[in-house]
Amino acid sequence: MPARRPPSPQSPPSGRGGATDPNGGAVRSVPSAHESAGRGTITVDHLPPDLTRALYRDMRTARDLDAEAVALQRQGVFPAYVSVRGQEAAQVASATALDPGRDFVFPTYREMASALAHGVDMVGYMASHRALWHGGLYDVMASRFGAVNAVVGGPVPHAVGWAVGEGLRGGDGVALSYFGDGASSEGDVHEAMNFAGVFGAPVVFFCQNNQWALSVPNERQVAGGSVAARAEGYGMPGLVVDGNDAGAVYEATADAVARARAGQGPTLIEALTYRVEPHSTSDDPGRYRDDAEAERWRLHRDPVVLLRAALLAAGHADETALAEVDADAARRAEEIRDGVAGAPEPDGSDLFTHVFREGTEELSRQRRTWQEEVEL
Amino acid sequence: MTELIERADTGTGAAGEPAVELSMQQAVNRALRTLLAEDPDVLVFGEDVGALGGVFRVTDGLQREFGDKRVFDTPLAESAIMGMAVGLAMNGWRPVPELQFDGFAYPAIDQIVNQVARMNYRTRGAAPMPITLRLPSFGGIQAPEHHGESLEALFAHTPGLKVVAPSDPAEAYTLLLQSVRSDDPVVFMEPKARYWDRRPVRLREPSDPIGTSRVVRAGSHATLIAWGAMVHKCLQVAELAAEDGVDLEVLDLRWLKPIDAAGLAASVSRTRRAVVVHEAPLTAGLGAEVAALVTENCFHDLAAPVQRVTGFDVPYPAGPLEAQYLPTIDRVLLAVQRTLEY
Repeated sequence: MPARRPPSPQSPPSGRGGATDPNGGAVRSVPSAHESAGRGTITVDHLPPDLTRALYRDMRTARDLDAEAVALQRQGVFPAYVSVRGQEAAQVASATALDPGRDFVFPTYREMASALAHGVDMVGYMASHRALWHGGLYDVMASRFGAVNAVVGGPVPHAVGWAVGEGLRGGDGVALSYFGDGASSEGDVHEAMNFAGVFGAPVVFFCQNNQWALSVPNERQVAGGSVAARAEGYGMPGLVVDGNDAGAVYEATADAVARARAGQGPTLIEALTYRVEPHSTSDDPGRYRDDAEAERWRLHRDPVVLLRAALLAAGHADETALAEVDADAARRAEEIRDGVAGAPEPDGSDLFTHVFREGTEELSRQRRTWQEEVEL
Repeated sequence: MTELIERADTGTGAAGEPAVELSMQQAVNRALRTLLAEDPDVLVFGEDVGALGGVFRVTDGLQREFGDKRVFDTPLAESAIMGMAVGLAMNGWRPVPELQFDGFAYPAIDQIVNQVARMNYRTRGAAPMPITLRLPSFGGIQAPEHHGESLEALFAHTPGLKVVAPSDPAEAYTLLLQSVRSDDPVVFMEPKARYWDRRPVRLREPSDPIGTSRVVRAGSHATLIAWGAMVHKCLQVAELAAEDGVDLEVLDLRWLKPIDAAGLAASVSRTRRAVVVHEAPLTAGLGAEVAALVTENCFHDLAAPVQRVTGFDVPYPAGPLEAQYLPTIDRVLLAVQRTLEY
């Protein structure tokens, strides 16, 4: 397989992908590779100021919370953490395009900024990273945001099942499934897309292509070079969007959600972004990639910086207002940090509580044994 | 023998309920009809379960009666079928997926083990998984490869799953009602070799709690422990042994998780000898769990080590070799002899 030119944040706009079709609804052309790494600036002139300010607030908060989480890992409070830095636009803007009262999100494990934008209890969410409970301590049903899930292809068919179920009961909710370029190789993702196509299910498949599946780059992961192009084979529209352009992500997702809600079936969105941090705090990216590339993305394609500049350029906010938002974001991140750091550890009996709805004699016996042995 | 089972079946039957002649496959169909009719959240889906009525005709007529929203075909992808069940459950449905054959559960094992079995736990009870996976199971029909597997040990070893294998039509009806009405995920293993086992049965509502075994033949010299199609085999063994004056008890374990440890102990404490019979390979099979439970609970009553009569530690074989692989009447009788002569 010929080596592909690595995506560069300094690439000029390709004119394919990136911005969404203002007419909406149409199947968009799909670039063959990652040429669309976006532009040096973005614009939000055409979007409502309230919306763009909300996007900025949540992205800024997620950025700060991410930094707090990395610090908590350094302090030994979190055993490990997976940073969302650089993916805030892809996550916040897509989640903001949903109705948290009727839509349902199926995340994997790197969707902190989506959770925040969707209104999830963030202390409960971050509890997963503190390893208090694998799935997190938020109520997934009340939050309409699935449990943190490390089998990255696994939740994708859940989204399809939920969406088929929504159609069966005549509801108009939409399921949004997050997955990454690595997960796009999983059989479950392909099975799920085929099911969604066959059933015409109201699902948005949202692939955050951050170019690295742990240590493996796109060219060793995605045959054909495009996740979005696969949509055609499943009978659904597929589009590529600049994942660091919050406005573009919002519009693309809102359009896909509207299609799904109107009974027009699933859409696959591939948001091109970049994992500027290591895969996790346990990772050592120096072993497999040149940090200069990540550095270029940090410097030139930071989605929070891009949106801030776009807000100012569009006149949606001034420096004073943004400074206030920044201060609020930092405060909220600190509150969440303090909340999760101070959260009580689960009781040992929690080992047994939720294995079954209707308990078994054997598990009760094991629980008694556990109790007797810890009390020795 | 039929009479024995009939007596056991009618013990708690509804008064005046007439017996109907049904095969196990028809009894499962009746149970699905009952469930679809009583609960609008029940959905039946899988490969070929719609117009065809399933390859064993277990879902025959259900789509016609309940419509293609309640009973529907899916594309051929077992993992997505089970993943879809998870999503449907999270949207308030009570899914009853079918995977066409035991061996095809392997492609879905990630969804079954990592997702279905754990979702209630992972979400601390927020997202229950009232899913009953119907899985035509075990061997004995000279089918192609991957159509004769016994996966019960794998499922029983998975925290969060309950596992049941009925042995006759009446049991299949009652246990399926119980499984689907349960808010926990259940793997319902239908012994396909017994699908065409036809007999007069009384259709009963569940009365025994989940996880209880039943004595299908009372005896005093030794207990034969089995589930699924092997219960029938053990009853045949008991008939033959009776001709030689050996009085065997046959215990249908039914629930393979949770296992009825108390029921096992009650029987074996009386007979002092136990032979466990299953189709699955020997090593780390469920017979080992049964033997351990019996030994733990009846150590001082046991007159002989627990005997295991099982398949061999080989892949499930093709047609002519099937009869060599599966426990035979003779192999069970030999084990009975070993335990009696110990």
